[in-house]
Amino acid sequence: MKRRDFLAGLAGSLALPGTALAQVDPLDPLVGGVTNGAPVKKGKVTLVLPQLADNGNSVPIRITVDSPMTEADHVKSIHLYSERNPVRNMANFYLGPRAGKAEINSRVRLAGSQRVTAVAKLSDGSFWYDTASVVVTLSACLDES
Amino acid sequence: MAAKIQVPREAKRGEIIEIRILIQHPMETGYRHDDVGHLIKRNVINVLSCRYNGVEVFRADLSSGISANPYVQFYTVAEASGDFEFTWIDDEGLQGSERQSIVVKG
Amino acid sequence: MRRARARFALVAAALAAGTALAQERAIPAGELKSGSAFLGPDLRALQNDDFANPGMLWVERGEKLWSEPAGKRTLACASCHKDTSMRGVAAHYPRIDKASGKLFNVESRINQCRTERMGAGPLRYESEELLALTAYVARQSLGLPIASSIEGAARAHFESGRAGYHRRRGQMNLSCAHCHDENWGKRLLSETISQGHPNAYPAYRMEWQTMGSLERRLRACLSGIRAEMLPYGSQEYLDLELFLAWRAQGLPIETPGVRR
Repeated sequence: MKRRDFLAGLAGSLALPGTALAQVDPLDPLVGGVTNGAPVKKGKVTLVLPQLADNGNSVPIRITVDSPMTEADHVKSIHLYSERNPVRNMANFYLGPRAGKAEINSRVRLAGSQRVTAVAKLSDGSFWYDTASVVVTLSACLDES
Repeated sequence: MAAKIQVPREAKRGEIIEIRILIQHPMETGYRHDDVGHLIKRNVINVLSCRYNGVEVFRADLSSGISANPYVQFYTVAEASGDFEFTWIDDEGLQGSERQSIVVKG
Repeated sequence: MRRARARFALVAAALAAGTALAQERAIPAGELKSGSAFLGPDLRALQNDDFANPGMLWVERGEKLWSEPAGKRTLACASCHKDTSMRGVAAHYPRIDKASGKLFNVESRINQCRTERMGAGPLRYESEELLALTAYVARQSLGLPIASSIEGAARAHFESGRAGYHRRRGQMNLSCAHCHDENWGKRLLSETISQGHPNAYPAYRMEWQTMGSLERRLRACLSGIRAEMLPYGSQEYLDLELFLAWRAQGLPIETPGVRR
C-alpha cells in the first residue's frame, strides 16, 4: 500500500469518533430495540425544542410527524431519545389512525446541553427521525439543591 | 393524585380535537438527595393511557426525563359522545385516573 | 417669629419624612418589574397558561379545601366566608391582626382561623394544604396591585423589615439590597438577578420542582449567601415580607408564579 493511501485511511478511521457516539445511530442498541436494524431516515418528523432552555427541569417539546393518519398510513409510535440524560429513552408515545394528527406536546428534563432525537415508526414499517440541539445552562438531574 | 384534563365539551363528528392532561406527581428522578444526603428513591409515572369509550387512543411510556407534574398534549378524532378515561401508574404501583365526557354532534 | 419658624420646621419635617420614605425607594414605583419580566419566553408562557401552569394544581386544590370541613367544629373556610369574596385580601397582606396586635401573613391568618375558629390543628409551612390554601387566597387577588399598609402598629415591623433587608449577613456578607437594589438586571452566573418582589408567591419554582411559599424562597436566598436560615414563621421573615410588600407596592399579584 502506498504511504499516502495508508495515511488517508488512518485519518478516516480517526475522524470524529466523538460525534458518532453522540448522535442517535440507527445501529445504537437503544434504537435497535425499536427498529431491529431497519434504516432510520431523516424526514417526516419535526422536533421542536427551544435553542436555549430557561431551565433544564421543564423544557417544552413538540414532536410532529407528517402523516395522513389514516388506517392505511399512520404513525404507530414515536420514541424520544436523549444524548446526555441518565435515562436515554425519555419517552415513547403510541398513536394510531384514531389520532387524526401526529403531534405531541410535553415538557421534558434535560441534563445539560445536548441533542434530542425523535424516531417515528410508521404503519408501513419505515422509521424516520429528527434531532434538535438545546443549550441548557441549569441542568436537570445533575444540578441539585 | 390530582390531575386536570382539558377535553372540548362538544365537537363535530370527525373533528380532530386537542386533549391536554396535567398530573400532579413529583416524577422523582432517583438522582436527587435529601437534606441529610440520602438518595431519594426514583418514582415516576411510567405509563399513561387514554381510552375513548373504552378504546385506547393514546398511550405513553414516561420516564424521569419527563418534567415533574407531567404535561402531555395530543390529538384524537371525535367519533361519538361518551367518555375519555385517563389512567396512569407510577413506580410504586399507585394508580391514578381521571374522566371527562364529550358530546359529539353530527 | 419663633413660633412660625417652629411650625414651619414641623411641617417641613413631616413633609421630609414622607418624601424621605418615597426617596428611599431604591427602585422607584415606575421602574418596578415583576419576576416574570426576568423569565425566558418559555417559562413566561407556562406561567400564563392557566391549564399548564403547574402552580394551578395547588390553586385548584385550595379551592376544594376551602369547602372541606376541618377540626372539632366541623367548619370549612366557606362556612364563614361563604358570602365574602377573598378578592383583594392577599393584596393587603402582611397586615396587623386587630385582636392580637401581631403582624400576620396569609399563612398565619389561615392557621389562626383554623386553630381559633375551626378547632383544627395548624398547617405546617410547605405542607400541601397550606400551600394550596395560600395559593388559592392569593389567586383571588390576581391582577390587583399590592397595597399593604405600613401605618400604625405595622410601622415598627416595616422599620424592622427594612433594617433586615439592608443588613449584611452570611459568609458572603451580603444584604438583600446588594443584589436586588444595586444589581438587578445584571447576571449572576447564568441567571439574571430580579428585583426580588413577592407578588407571585406561592410560586412553582423549577429548582424545587414544586410549589413553595415566599418564606421558602427567602430561606433559599439566605442559603445562597451562606447565611443561617431562620425557622419558618420567624418574626424576621414576617417583618421582611411586609417591607417587601411595601417595596413592591403597586405591582399586580400574579400567583401562582413560575420561577426558576
